[in-house]
Amino acid sequence: MNSLNLAWIPLPGAIPARQATLEAAQLQPLCRKVADDGGRLLALWGSDEGAGIFALHVALVNQDGLLCLHLLLAQESPVYPDISQIFPCACRMQRTVYDMLGVAAAGSADQRPWLRHAAWPVDSFPLRKDFDAAISQEADDYPFVQVEGQGVHEIPVGPVHAGIIEPGHFRFSIIGERVLRLEERLGYVHKGIEKRFENNSLFFGAKLAGRVSGDSTTAYAWAYAMAAENMACVTPPERALWLRALFLERERIANHLGDLGYLANDVAFSFGMSQFWILKEQLLRNNAALFGHRYLMDKIIPGGVAVDLPDADTLLAECDLLEHEVRLLRSILEEHAGVQDRYIGAGTVEPKLASQLGLCGLAGRASAQAWDARVQFPCVPYQTLEVRMATHRNGDVAARVIVRFEELFESIRLQREILAGLPAGDLLEALTDLPGNGFGLGMVEGWRGEVLVAMHTDAAGNISRVYPHDPSWQNWPLLEHAILGNIVPDFPLINKSFNLSYSGHDL
Amino acid sequence: MYQILKQIIKTGIKTEPAPLADETMRAGEQRLQQQILAVLGRSLAIRLVDAGSCNGCELEIHAVNNAYYNLEGLGIKFVASPRHADLLLVTGTVSRHMEVALQRTLAAIPEPRLVVALGDCACNGGVFGESYASCGKVSNVIPVDVVVSGCPPAPLAIMQGILTAISAKK
Repeated sequence: MNSLNLAWIPLPGAIPARQATLEAAQLQPLCRKVADDGGRLLALWGSDEGAGIFALHVALVNQDGLLCLHLLLAQESPVYPDISQIFPCACRMQRTVYDMLGVAAAGSADQRPWLRHAAWPVDSFPLRKDFDAAISQEADDYPFVQVEGQGVHEIPVGPVHAGIIEPGHFRFSIIGERVLRLEERLGYVHKGIEKRFENNSLFFGAKLAGRVSGDSTTAYAWAYAMAAENMACVTPPERALWLRALFLERERIANHLGDLGYLANDVAFSFGMSQFWILKEQLLRNNAALFGHRYLMDKIIPGGVAVDLPDADTLLAECDLLEHEVRLLRSILEEHAGVQDRYIGAGTVEPKLASQLGLCGLAGRASAQAWDARVQFPCVPYQTLEVRMATHRNGDVAARVIVRFEELFESIRLQREILAGLPAGDLLEALTDLPGNGFGLGMVEGWRGEVLVAMHTDAAGNISRVYPHDPSWQNWPLLEHAILGNIVPDFPLINKSFNLSYSGHDL
Repeated sequence: MYQILKQIIKTGIKTEPAPLADETMRAGEQRLQQQILAVLGRSLAIRLVDAGSCNGCELEIHAVNNAYYNLEGLGIKFVASPRHADLLLVTGTVSRHMEVALQRTLAAIPEPRLVVALGDCACNGGVFGESYASCGKVSNVIPVDVVVSGCPPAPLAIMQGILTAISAKK
């Protein structure tokens, strides 16, 4: 990397991170080097820097920490070198940067729109500062890839799905019951979150960040707060950081309980659904009673937390109950031949493919991708807690279920450790002003995978751009692979085993 | 099998009493006659459309079907097809990319039908508001009978909203 002669500048914060501004010609060699050394693409976004300058930002991660690259582009020729040949998951991100900012990846094979359907015209770009919010009337006509051959037919599904799920479109090409190809089309719940952050206050932004993906509200709120704190070089009090970890682990437990219930339901084992959801409801009620919100929304704020822990006894009792009940339910599920028959071998993502395409988070760990930000880059209090990472090699529904169980037990252990070691002290460090022309990154291992928030300020210290990145960006394309060769009725089960976010992706 | 039966017996019945209807949730005039509401109220089928939520409201809609709230025990169930539905439940600010899908789903529900807007975004646009990508509250796009505020509304409020929609004004 040194041969590229980049001037790396360290970024403040608990996670090791550095940034560099580079020339267009340096982007591909640098990405290639990081990929060859086992690094991954975390996120890619663009910004309007004013005065006819656009910028492309690329966040990479390797075992040493985060690398953030900035590429400045003149308005006359807003193009940059395609990196989707190196990191395939960049493809949809690059298409989105074009939809939102009109900055294109030169030489990319897929130039179709991604998040833009028909809400705004093709030559209008919402994240440009001169965007005038023109309403488009054009028809929405997306060119899906057609599969041809004798007996091949299509099943279009969505955007409104059959169950209580977020909207998106799945185009299955099938022969008999077997899936030959799945093509996803997302963007239906694009509601302009990125634009909404612009020129709004730091604290409104915290509320908004907590609603990028409701099931990951604490992960987003923490990553957003971390980005602001890192930029302003403010460290929240120890107690606040420990409480944040408590909230994050409770969010992980709640989501794993809910999904394990649905994974039982999707194989017609309704007993599992009822049992896991009873446990989840008890946890949510404890959240409401102790912290004032069932999902802990708005409890993590820039500078610290908005609520203290009134007493630990309720949560300690909850830990005992959860551990006992989940252990019992796990043994029932594992001994149930009908359940295991559906789980084992369904929706397999081999470790090699997972590595090539950048599968991350919980689903990545179930396909031998050993990344967990709490383990690799532990900030307070995770340095003390020493998280044990759960991984598996099989990459099927059964492996994702096993990883969920193990993470659930680990989060229960972490919750006990946090309750035992919670330091005394304040809940909030003052954070009102951000520096001018600042840049901050926050990364948190949410239950689904790593959530990244990037924050930029203008010369006056106002928020000029926030980019929240959901791990679903990396994982949605793998779902298209996981379903191949499986039968259509197994799709809900396979889909639920990933449980990816639509809102967090569509923004 | 023994373990499953033992666990079911040990769990017992968790279901709690249902809440009462709340007139303050009604968004406008009651459009359906009392006789129709009485019929719908005994077996109501709901179609949900997430028109642009953060998925928080969906978490609580799932929760109303857990053993504590047991919405289905009141004869109220979620259905896959709008053709089978009596009530359209809408969450989220309406994204412009979901505007047509929402209108078409409503049109596919046979009359007489009801619409409940669920959550702060559906009631007033919430944190997302109106923008190039968002139409704002649900009533900007389709007529609404009952609104349930909250971010997200708790399961009891959701049940109250649905029960208000199918109850006649006193």
